[in-house]
Amino acid sequence: MQLFRLTAHELHNLLINKEISAEELNSAVFDRIEAVEDKIAAYTIRTKERAIERARMVDRQIRAGEKISPLAGIPIAVKDNMCTDGIRTTASSKILYNFIPPYSATVVEKLEAAGATVVGKTNLDEFAMGSSTENSAFFPTRNPWDTGRVPGGSSGGSAAAVCAGEAVCALGSDTGGSIRQPASFCGVVGMKPTYGAVSRYGLIAFASSLDQIGPFSRDVTDCALMLEAICGHDPKDSTSADYRVPEYTSSLVDDVRGLKIGVPEEYMAEGISPEVRGAIIKAMSLLESLGAEVDYTTLPHTEYALPTYYLIAPAEASSNLARYDGVRYGFRAVEGEDVIDMFMKSRSRGFGPEVKRRIMLGTYALSAGYYDAYYLKALKVRTLIKEDYDRAFEKFDVLLSPTSPTTAFRFGEKVDDPIQMYLSDICTISVNLAGIPGISLPCGFVDGMPVGLQLMGKHFDEGTLIRVAYTFEQNTNYHKRFPEI
Amino acid sequence: MITEKDVDHVALLGRLELTGEEKEMFTKQLNDILGHFQSLERLDTEKVQPTAHVLPLQNVYREDQVGRHISREDALVNCPDRNENYFKVPRII
Amino acid sequence: MTQYETVIGLEVHVELKTRSKIFCDSTTEFGGEPNTHVCPVCLGLPGVLPVVNKTVVEYAIRAALALNCRIAHYSKFDRKNYYYPDMPKNYQISQYDLPIAEHGHLNIEINSETRRIGITRLHMEEDTGKLVHQGTITTTPFSLVDYNRAGVPLIEIVSEPDLRSPEEAYEYLNKLKAIIQYTGVSDCKMEEGSLRCDANVSVRPAGSMEFGTKTEIKNMNSFKALQKALTYEVERQIEVLEEGGRIIQETRTWDEGKGVTLSMRSKEFAHDYRYLPDPDLVPMVIDQEWVKKIQCSLPELPDDRKDRYIREFGLPAYDAMVLTNTKELADYFEACVAAYPNPKAVSNWVMGDLSRLLNAGGVDVIKCPIKPGQLAAMLQLLEKGTISGKIAKSVFEEMFATGKDAEIIVKEKGLVQISDEGAIATIVDEVIAKNQKSVEDFRAGKDRALGFLVGQVMKATKGKANPELVNKLFKERLS
Repeated sequence: MQLFRLTAHELHNLLINKEISAEELNSAVFDRIEAVEDKIAAYTIRTKERAIERARMVDRQIRAGEKISPLAGIPIAVKDNMCTDGIRTTASSKILYNFIPPYSATVVEKLEAAGATVVGKTNLDEFAMGSSTENSAFFPTRNPWDTGRVPGGSSGGSAAAVCAGEAVCALGSDTGGSIRQPASFCGVVGMKPTYGAVSRYGLIAFASSLDQIGPFSRDVTDCALMLEAICGHDPKDSTSADYRVPEYTSSLVDDVRGLKIGVPEEYMAEGISPEVRGAIIKAMSLLESLGAEVDYTTLPHTEYALPTYYLIAPAEASSNLARYDGVRYGFRAVEGEDVIDMFMKSRSRGFGPEVKRRIMLGTYALSAGYYDAYYLKALKVRTLIKEDYDRAFEKFDVLLSPTSPTTAFRFGEKVDDPIQMYLSDICTISVNLAGIPGISLPCGFVDGMPVGLQLMGKHFDEGTLIRVAYTFEQNTNYHKRFPEI
Repeated sequence: MITEKDVDHVALLGRLELTGEEKEMFTKQLNDILGHFQSLERLDTEKVQPTAHVLPLQNVYREDQVGRHISREDALVNCPDRNENYFKVPRII
Repeated sequence: MTQYETVIGLEVHVELKTRSKIFCDSTTEFGGEPNTHVCPVCLGLPGVLPVVNKTVVEYAIRAALALNCRIAHYSKFDRKNYYYPDMPKNYQISQYDLPIAEHGHLNIEINSETRRIGITRLHMEEDTGKLVHQGTITTTPFSLVDYNRAGVPLIEIVSEPDLRSPEEAYEYLNKLKAIIQYTGVSDCKMEEGSLRCDANVSVRPAGSMEFGTKTEIKNMNSFKALQKALTYEVERQIEVLEEGGRIIQETRTWDEGKGVTLSMRSKEFAHDYRYLPDPDLVPMVIDQEWVKKIQCSLPELPDDRKDRYIREFGLPAYDAMVLTNTKELADYFEACVAAYPNPKAVSNWVMGDLSRLLNAGGVDVIKCPIKPGQLAAMLQLLEKGTISGKIAKSVFEEMFATGKDAEIIVKEKGLVQISDEGAIATIVDEVIAKNQKSVEDFRAGKDRALGFLVGQVMKATKGKANPELVNKLFKERLS
């Protein structure tokens, strides 16, 4: 039995039936990491000792006959932009290469409180800025389905780790598609919850009004389990919603009869590769055959989402990233002759080109004389985009689209052309602008590479997304495929 | 049209020291990107309210209570250069 | 020579007396060991988030109401972006276009006339850390940073450019300080930095409607410095204009040692703050009930109290103003009057001897060794004639030094006034016998000679003889 191929809910049964121990499980995952990490490079740091130690604690609880939570002993990877007390946290940036936080992100605390073991920190595009994980300051992560291709980004390390069996589940963060797009490229399940559903405390900010943490898993059931563990109000995050977290596992129902599913035509237009479009049309037919009402709809401001996003996100980022100046932590250029010189040299050498590009873009958009034309304008268009969704959700329970216009692309294919790279986000960014939840799950393969299906829901209606995704999954086999590495 | 002089100014505001090559590249790319974004101008947003927050949250406060501080060692442990109990920086002017 | 009119506006920062910081639960306590009053949030570590301290909002509203401001219905926090090593995030969370309060005013007295000075706005923001230099900021090879003050809550109060002289600026700041202190939201101690003031200064030809180019003056660390710096700057600007020059819009720092303002031009002052709404904080919708509750809890403010002193106590306007300048002094005064209902007598002692001793000793009136009841009891001794006015002054000093009751001091030192006519008459006769020259002088019409004779009696009785009685006896014998 290859433990690393199993899901959290399968492993939980083995654990409580004492067929395996949590230590065995964690060792098996670390053996898997040893075996494939050379080819995948998902992790910036591994925390074996800490994981094994915690696994033993779970084993003691099981031996003592205590009830354990569904994630107890389950090896989970954490994107390296979430702070972990005593464990280096880098955001895959040279400017934080040696930063060890004295506190953990709320999500990490919650997962550890649920007994999950953190196996390591996963690679990302520096400060989560990118769509391929090529922007990591350390190394690129490879797609387990084809190591010549990118895993997507920015949470490429988390997606690849779950895909390759290097972790059972993982945490990612999604500002413009950074969970869903790599989930799509790696053929796993990835969800961006409603903005405010999961605390951002301890998540290294990229664009605060868009950032949201969410799970990666190999099936929808694990996604629901992860959501239950990480959602909920946090008094340390003013933007976290004070609401009762539903039991998402009760939405794991194989039934979509009567549900109205809308397909925005803008997401099926030119720019979407014919193979991807084909897979989506097949998915629409399947859901229709299972009793859902599927129809086309429109989100008329979709074409403005990209510029809106690429003004708001860099503007917030330019402010969020100002704190990396070499004074309190992180990289400092030593030869700065005065403090401004030190700031400039530290930042110029500490940040990579994409981060600098976005700081430049965001600084420009906020600077005197341009604020109204760029930043304020973008905030207004954001309203229009949000209203598009409000209107669509008057008629539909769920919206459906491709997660990405293409399957995973090759290394270097887009890295020199920022606009081409930005265009790979066109299916995912509107969801962040509107703050609604979105999930990506595998819905086909093209030339051996997975295709992702995106479902979008109303604010705090993750339950319905899980229901539709679960039904789709129960009636397909894509999630059962495992890459040969 | 963004000039290299604009790029210099923005780089100073963002505390980035750019090489000649970077300056050239960013001048071109910012022009390309913002050129691409001209489409926004087509939209009449005169009467549209801006959305800074997607959720209608308001009045989120904490009570005025003192909590736990971190130790000075924890405060200074990541500091690239320190002088006993202080963070040390090059001269200001 | 052209007549010039001075135009001054003040930007005042006041530290609020909350227990914890504005966006985190670190203590605001003054004077801790460096970098010990900190947490991940106020150190600006990656990933941390701010949460607003409700008491800060309450205090801001309280101060704003006392300054007759209109409280916003809808307010928010913004980020003010600029780089400085004492600022952990390299942006300051402040308020830009929707401050908590606007459109206020306060009244100042200038040459017995009341002038209303407009307050443009009042907003909340966080304080920065502190830089420590070896030597001066310009010569030190490096600086040290202490973040204990980073995140301490501030309110910034911006006046209209309504002030027309350094004296008016001084009076405005003094009144502002008094009002804020009355509300109890801040100590307003300029020495400890809990009250800070920057000024915008310009001059224009008298009668002109347009403003001249202004300069911003910083680093005025006392009320005296404010007045000196403004006086200097106004003269400097007039001189520049008179020589045909132009004022440059710039920030200038007051150099206390040299007594001049100096330009602070350097590359870091190429400011463009790039304000944006702080995405980590949600808007505040201020509940009118809450505002009403705060309004009702405001104490009587200096102007009302002053008017009441004139009306109820019949005090001169000057006394009423001095006594109500701080809430503590006014409270002290009223406690005395409650025990000794002669307001003018109390006022004379509080404004005179008491204030003199407090100032000389650098003692705050709250910590005054003479309690109001003790001062009242001493005044009663004086009224009954147990002690003379002159003795009272030395008894008062003794009370201040030891905290003892007047009665005890009088007894211990045997200071009871001699009012026995027979005893005094004997001494008077002795003095007349020994000082025939003065007696003749007095009889020849030199009134001053009487003073000398009385003095001799006082000397002989160590000041205890009842002066009225001594005078009476001399007059009887010599006329």
